[in-house]
Amino acid sequence: MSGLQYDVTIIGGGVTGAAVARELSRYQLKTCLVERAEDVCSGTSKANSAIVHAGYDAANGSVKARMNVEGNRMMGQLSEDLDFAFRRNGSLVLCFSEEDRPALNALYERGVANGVPDLKIISGDEVRAMEPNVTEEVVAALYAPTGGIVCPFGLTIALAENACDNGVEFRFLTEVTDIKKIEGGYELAVKGKEPITTRFVVNAAGVYADVFHNMVCDDKIKIIPRKGDYCLLDQEAGKHVDKTIFQLPGKYGKGILVAPTIHGNLLIGPTATDIEDKEGTYTTAAELAEATKKSAVSVKNIPYRQVITSFSGLRAHETSDEFIVGESADGFYDAAGIESPGLSSAPAIGVYLAELIAEKAGAEKKDDFIATRKGIPHVSAMSREERAALIKERPDYGTIVCRCENVSEGEIVDSIRRTLGARSLDGIKRRVRQGMGRCQAGFCTPRTMEILSRETGIPMEQICKNQPGSEMITGEA
Amino acid sequence: MTHHDIVIIGGGPAGLSAAAAARKAGIEDILILERDGVLGGILNQCIHNGFGLHTFKEELTGPEYAARYIAMVEEEKIPYKLNTIVADISKDREVTYINKEEGLVTIKAGAVILAMGCRERPRGALNTPGYRPAGIYSAGTAQRLMNIEGYCVGKEVVILGSGDIGLIMARRMTLEGAKVKVVAELMPYSGGLKRNIVQCLDDYGIPLKLSHTIINIEGKERLTGITLAEVDENRNPIPGTEEHYSCDTLLLSVGLIPENELSKGAGVSMNRVTSGPNVDDCLETEVEGIYACGNVLHVHDLVDFVSQEAALAGENAAAYVKNGKAEGKGHKVPLLAENGVRYTVPQVLNIDTMKDTVTVRFRVADVYKDQYISVYYDDKLISKKKKKVLAPGEMEQVVLKKSSFADYPEIGRIKICTEVE
Repeated sequence: MSGLQYDVTIIGGGVTGAAVARELSRYQLKTCLVERAEDVCSGTSKANSAIVHAGYDAANGSVKARMNVEGNRMMGQLSEDLDFAFRRNGSLVLCFSEEDRPALNALYERGVANGVPDLKIISGDEVRAMEPNVTEEVVAALYAPTGGIVCPFGLTIALAENACDNGVEFRFLTEVTDIKKIEGGYELAVKGKEPITTRFVVNAAGVYADVFHNMVCDDKIKIIPRKGDYCLLDQEAGKHVDKTIFQLPGKYGKGILVAPTIHGNLLIGPTATDIEDKEGTYTTAAELAEATKKSAVSVKNIPYRQVITSFSGLRAHETSDEFIVGESADGFYDAAGIESPGLSSAPAIGVYLAELIAEKAGAEKKDDFIATRKGIPHVSAMSREERAALIKERPDYGTIVCRCENVSEGEIVDSIRRTLGARSLDGIKRRVRQGMGRCQAGFCTPRTMEILSRETGIPMEQICKNQPGSEMITGEA
Repeated sequence: MTHHDIVIIGGGPAGLSAAAAARKAGIEDILILERDGVLGGILNQCIHNGFGLHTFKEELTGPEYAARYIAMVEEEKIPYKLNTIVADISKDREVTYINKEEGLVTIKAGAVILAMGCRERPRGALNTPGYRPAGIYSAGTAQRLMNIEGYCVGKEVVILGSGDIGLIMARRMTLEGAKVKVVAELMPYSGGLKRNIVQCLDDYGIPLKLSHTIINIEGKERLTGITLAEVDENRNPIPGTEEHYSCDTLLLSVGLIPENELSKGAGVSMNRVTSGPNVDDCLETEVEGIYACGNVLHVHDLVDFVSQEAALAGENAAAYVKNGKAEGKGHKVPLLAENGVRYTVPQVLNIDTMKDTVTVRFRVADVYKDQYISVYYDDKLISKKKKKVLAPGEMEQVVLKKSSFADYPEIGRIKICTEVE
């Protein structure tokens, strides 16, 4: 291995990096994933529409289209193998005037050309029969039964855990500051830590992917953070629609969607605002108002009073409007510009890049690859008998800590103890939904902090919401 | 399936008082289910004084007030289960609870008393724009961390909302050495008790800015500052009034919501204004044998009134267990809240079966000066009482006498309203 620490180093622990890691872990390669934050799924992967797109949006023949359709196709089996929440609820793209019908037809044609199965254009009345809360203005819609909703945290964490179980090393709180070509590979400078040497690099750094690409490659790219604000509504509103409701795409993306989440909330958003700040995950009053206003065009009587939180995510929009996936310099692989449909495409991008790298490295597949992973038991979803049996075996499944989402102490303990266990409150939240409910962690925060401190030995004063610097308390009273 | 005459959901002030009253009324077989590790509920973290002036004619701290009721329950040997969360209540009063020791258990109750209290409205419900850093707490969560767990949540504090817990925490954090820079309230009046504004803000020189709200939250990891702005009469921020405050902590005291997930599951009909169940003068919900009291019924200002109300629920549940339901008997009259009165509890009064007096509690919609609270039986004015100040933050009450209905056997409605003249 020519004295280098790793065969492959992946920069970025979002869904793309995790998918690449998982697929690389099938091969006899020494792989490492470095992540700036304290956990995987800490950037764009945690703040998006949580949609598995059918694949009719992207231009025919584009990488986006290919990865989307393939990723969508893979998602069902993957969710079974890796035990994360996914449902093909189907999606509707609404058309509001006869004038726009050509655009709707074009979308249909593009979808068919992209290989999206079972697409259908249906009438306004058919739409309303399917979704009674869709507005009267809708004249037709493109119906895609293969569209789905997924838990983006569940997907990313499952991929990462499985990669880790298969030997990928994860380094958190590891921020790459420079990449230098060296004999046989690259050296990555790391803020405050020893540099990392590696034969290959995978650049899955989200909104920062242009920074790393441009350190290595001659052809420069530019990634613009395209901010999207969302509102999340209470589970009481979760059945307001069943399918993912899109509006016919405009210049800045897919318009405002209204969709159920896989956990039964209602999601409204995203807006699309190009900003400079790669850390600009703030919501604005104007954008939240825009999301609300535009959502009402598609769906009537949305109970906006039941908003439980709002958030913002940054799409990694590359100016060429295309995914950059492949070997951009010798041994340097990009997964850059992974904006929507990035979540849907991640599994396919993972397979594609892993195969490229394995071929170049001449790596063989492992015999002992573990293809499946079991998630944390979700006690409130269990039958009475299952639940009773589980509590008998592990009494801490009988202590409910988060009353809104019915999360037990046992689940929180599991989220900390398991592979790549949570080390922050947000990490726990993304694994078991503690604090995701209508009281937004008001009730369970103190108890969860205690459990995290007890299980990890992290002193209470150092318990963080997410990264260092986000400490929850300032000292003893 | 095990049977208990009365099952009380929640071992806070309401549940304890209901239990004590039900025992006094002669019910032996009572069970309290409490999700926390101790009885007393939210009172345990309310270490300030001011509790019990009505009930005990002396000023107690929250834990002291709770201790008196816990002592009654202990002396009466009323059984309770701690660390036990109720998962479900059915219409026919089957209660399913979960705990470590027993797992998942379903019991049958002769009567159920809902006493689950309330929770705080979170930041998300306000849709306040900005980042989502650490350091934003609902006031009650901060109070728990400080008073029960023993930790300081921050050093430089801004408080949004002038609910009582926020006011109390302004003082508490000041005493702990933190700098509380401002309390901002969206409405043109405070949501808290006058005495708390005086004792917790004025006495410490903490400014209260009415008609102000937070329009931006800064800080990627931990809170670093907020922007405050004045709002117009439609509660929209007024451009040019923005003021920046640097702070590491934002406490929210922006309202309490009765915690009625279980009630809804039991099929109880809910009131849109109180967010609690609709009840009659016995505090019985529209589901037979299920009673409600305390903050799960409507949010109170004073625990003394919670205790009173809960005692009534306990007595009535006891009477129901002993005598059963007087099926269809009596003349039920709806209580209507009109013209400045937002709601009433109870919402229905049975003028045949009611006790000699029934206290009707309510809140007003705005601050009113020198106005009357009037009671009408149908269109006939029955009583009129002048109040110097009426404010949404202070619960009001009128007492209706059974004897007053003697002349109105055919009454169709009781109206409670505010009037200028």
